[in-house]
Amino acid sequence: MAISTTLTVNGVKQTIELDDPRVTLLDLLRERLNLTGTKKGCDRGQCGACTVIVDGRRINSCLALAVSYDGAKVLTIEGVAPRGRLHPVQEAFIAHDGLQCGFCTPGQIMSAIGLIAEGQAGDDPERVREGMSGNLCRCAAYQGITEAVLEAQKAVDALDRKEVA
Amino acid sequence: MNNFEYVRPATVRDAVTAALQPGGAYLAGGTNLLDLMKGNVSRPTRIVDISHLPGLDRIEDLPDGSVRIGALVRNADLAHDRDSARRFPAVAEALLSGASAQLRNAATVGGNLMQRTRCAYFYDAASACNKRHPGSGCDARGGDNRLHAILGWSQNCIATHPSDFCVPLVALDAIVEMEGRTGRREISLEALHRLPDGSPNSETMLEPGEMIVAVRLPPEAAQFAAHSRYLKVRDRTSYAFAIVSAAAALHFDGDTIADARLALGGVALKPWRAREAEQVLIGGRAGTSSFRRAAEAALAGARPAGDNAFKIELARRVVARAFALAAAGTPERLPALPASPFADAFGVAAHA
Repeated sequence: MAISTTLTVNGVKQTIELDDPRVTLLDLLRERLNLTGTKKGCDRGQCGACTVIVDGRRINSCLALAVSYDGAKVLTIEGVAPRGRLHPVQEAFIAHDGLQCGFCTPGQIMSAIGLIAEGQAGDDPERVREGMSGNLCRCAAYQGITEAVLEAQKAVDALDRKEVA
Repeated sequence: MNNFEYVRPATVRDAVTAALQPGGAYLAGGTNLLDLMKGNVSRPTRIVDISHLPGLDRIEDLPDGSVRIGALVRNADLAHDRDSARRFPAVAEALLSGASAQLRNAATVGGNLMQRTRCAYFYDAASACNKRHPGSGCDARGGDNRLHAILGWSQNCIATHPSDFCVPLVALDAIVEMEGRTGRREISLEALHRLPDGSPNSETMLEPGEMIVAVRLPPEAAQFAAHSRYLKVRDRTSYAFAIVSAAAALHFDGDTIADARLALGGVALKPWRAREAEQVLIGGRAGTSSFRRAAEAALAGARPAGDNAFKIELARRVVARAFALAAAGTPERLPALPASPFADAFGVAAHA
């Protein structure tokens, strides 16, 4: 039985026919839409490499059935720098060496964007570490990741202030 | 993962009808079910997707002072709901001490209650497990069982219930509302999960097809707001299941403890209410010695199921400390590490 799901991925609305209901949002992004920036690490919700933002909230796309997310707006790492200018979180990860091998980085960056949007961590490194605990980094770049998120938080705050002013 | 039929009902009634078919399973946030399906631990042949059902994602104040939390409210939304966190701070602390931010954004209230044990032998399809295959035995007994049950276990099953959220809910006398073939009914959350006496494959009191539609906190639950904590000891500081946890709540009349509540997590196949401990405290004064006596009472019936005798004394200490934290007052803001023994010992009391 053919099933379809309509998703707005990085601003582009599309209806995708699925021949199998088992397809996860992660596999749909990677295998059907060729958006391979989102990574498959554990595929069981333990590592956070597959983190994307759905309707404004970070989730693990490996534990999401694509068909169940019919109607959702999905933001992936491919969609955060639309005009060729890096997102403040991406810039901060580069500035603070928040990565080594890079495999977990798209998930880390999407998670950090979600964390900043949630507005719970502020400038407290302990709250940042706690809020990022769903993203593992086997190279253990955690120190740089925490510094990057704190700096990005400041940059986003400054942008917000400019927009309000 | 086995293949399945996918159905998306428009009403709760249609959902119940669809899930009554053999092999039917409800899908909400999917954070536990999809994991189990990927490991072939759960093999439903029909997925009934209830995540689009209208009206189940609200937190409502009822005229009698109760609060009704819809089954599809996401864990993160409940934890950060200002009114709920103010009235039921231990619930918010427990929620934020569980899983990761990504999982809390997807996982639902109903799904949290229905999550399965994280016993490794339950998850490993090659191991004997009376939950997965009734009568096959229990490889956790004699296996790696340092994290297993110390209360209410049987020869058939020594697993624990993994929820943090359920622990303060049980302490606060939460009620579960469900809808099934014969209409709506409700039971106390304490009665929802079964102990593994005869048939550990039967995990809850839900009838086939029955669906949790809401969890309700009674008016009295809010009277503990000024003195409620959740404390959770785990193998790593964040994103880990409890070895032992406790929700402790006190209600004072002057210096006298007018009412006390205690439930433990990670110790049994259900969130464990400890009324004996509450009775020790009610009518007395807060203090190290009374909290220790309450802890002794809570664990009086405990016995190790394997290499986990340490959990009994650990649980006593967690109980005594949770009560000490509760007596000091609910902090104005949850600590950076919610429920962690490594958080600042005593925050500033919000309700003093």
